[in-house]
Amino acid sequence: MLAIYKRELRSYFISPIGYIFIAAFLCVSGILFASTTIQAGEASNVGSYFSMLLIIFIIVLPLLTMKLFSDERRLRTEALLLSAPVSLMGMVMAKFLAAYTVFSGTFLISCLDFIALYTHGEPNTAIILGNIIAILLVGGACIAIGVFVSSLTENQLIAAIGTMLIIALFVFTTVLNSYIDSYAVRAVLSWISILDRFYNFSYGYFDFNAILYYISLSFVFLFLTVRIYEKRRWS
Amino acid sequence: MIQIENLVKKYGDKTAVGGITFSVEEGEIVGFLGPNGAGKTTTMSIITGCLSATSGKALINGIDILENPIEAKKNIGYLPELPPLYLEMTVKEYLNFVYDMRGCKLDREKHLKEICDTVKITDVVNRVIRNLSKGYRQRVGIAQALINNPKVIIFDEPTVGLDPKQIIEIRNLIKALGKNHTVILSTHILPEVQAVCDRIVIINKGKIVANEKTENISKIVDGNRRLNVKVCGPQKDVIALIKSLPGVSYVDVLGSHDLDSTSYLVESEPGIDIRKTLFNALASRGWAIIGIEALGINLEDIFIAVVDSPEPDKKQKKTKKNKMTVGKGRKIEINLGTEDSDNK
Repeated sequence: MLAIYKRELRSYFISPIGYIFIAAFLCVSGILFASTTIQAGEASNVGSYFSMLLIIFIIVLPLLTMKLFSDERRLRTEALLLSAPVSLMGMVMAKFLAAYTVFSGTFLISCLDFIALYTHGEPNTAIILGNIIAILLVGGACIAIGVFVSSLTENQLIAAIGTMLIIALFVFTTVLNSYIDSYAVRAVLSWISILDRFYNFSYGYFDFNAILYYISLSFVFLFLTVRIYEKRRWS
Repeated sequence: MIQIENLVKKYGDKTAVGGITFSVEEGEIVGFLGPNGAGKTTTMSIITGCLSATSGKALINGIDILENPIEAKKNIGYLPELPPLYLEMTVKEYLNFVYDMRGCKLDREKHLKEICDTVKITDVVNRVIRNLSKGYRQRVGIAQALINNPKVIIFDEPTVGLDPKQIIEIRNLIKALGKNHTVILSTHILPEVQAVCDRIVIINKGKIVANEKTENISKIVDGNRRLNVKVCGPQKDVIALIKSLPGVSYVDVLGSHDLDSTSYLVESEPGIDIRKTLFNALASRGWAIIGIEALGINLEDIFIAVVDSPEPDKKQKKTKKNKMTVGKGRKIEINLGTEDSDNK
């Protein structure tokens, strides 16, 4: 499993994809950071920075996950992994963790932005830390979704677009709420919504339910990926 | 070393492998032969754990691949039809990756060097796989299958797309591997199995249609048993004379030609070369042999006959006899062994 993790991590930096991801992420997060905090003056709010960061996940995270399984299938290298003495879960976890390492590393680098904030004022460290933890977990859930979609297709582009759609669905289900009359449906949609649960963190409230939800979401999609492989093996 | 018991694999309604049973002994090289779509790759994928069988068992070194896949896979090296190479890696990085993934405990430097020497890729170890030729890629694929010294090595069409010189090299390599490993090799190239394998399993439409030692199949192929002899002489007398010779089992007229010559089909008892006797006998009567030609049945004939034959009748399932056309339209029957001769 460690071997697959290392190979996957390395492959991000052999191809341009790792660099493109890091550059895009740091660039967009930097602009967002500046406009929501330092340049916002009175309206400065780290919570809104993190909420907006969550929305750019929809665009950038599929870059990391699109090739994970689809490329293996397209290039027929899958057989090497499947015939090796590695469990399916080990294989899926290795790939997930490789993508997660690139994401979390990049995100933590982007957190250096806060140094600028501390030199200009006295931000609430607890809120910032709470948000960082939440972002790391939401990122994990989004990557797990990407891993799952990537296992469904041989085509990287389809994997990327599919991932974008599903992440967008999870993030924005709340938007649909204003069009729906039924209270029950609204409650369910708001329960699913990643964004709805995230607001608590923006307000400075560390929501354990949300934490648990994000972790569960990651595991559900990783488990589904394993099931996809099981199913393909049996059908 | 490998036991396959009543293996069935269905894709939806389509049966890819319909209950095959065979086993491979330690140190044996078995050729897995069949036309495209016969179920060779499916069977190999099941043995290597890439696919699960719908029913039936596959035991590797006594371990069930389904029940204990990780342990079973430790005994297998697999080269799929398309070598599973990560094109962006160098050969060295790739082999190191496979070494780590298989959890190999052998001395890394020494083991990888040995493998590179065996498959002759030492001079390209630092090159990126993307830039290698087809032949080298194939060899890197073979190298990968040898890592961790697996007891069983499975090659799916290892010589496809190689040039004739490379084909010979790879065959020799496989032969050499057979000394220390159990090898299953799938192919649809017949001389390949004749050259390399100890035993041949022919599979068609998901069923085993023949399972024989290579030498037994080669005996059938042996050309000296059926001759097309062109003789100048009175037809009836010539037939009578040839029939009276010891070792001749069958004579028939194939056709008349120019002058007063006639072609005869002469069949001899197994293991007897009657050409000298035939020549001396005819010469003593003054009838000239103006042509003699061995009517060998080659493996292609057997293959086509076996593969084209209709579904075996249930009553005749035990012994399959297949008619085939030899020489000038004469039908013969060949016993290609029993379907489950390995189980006895």
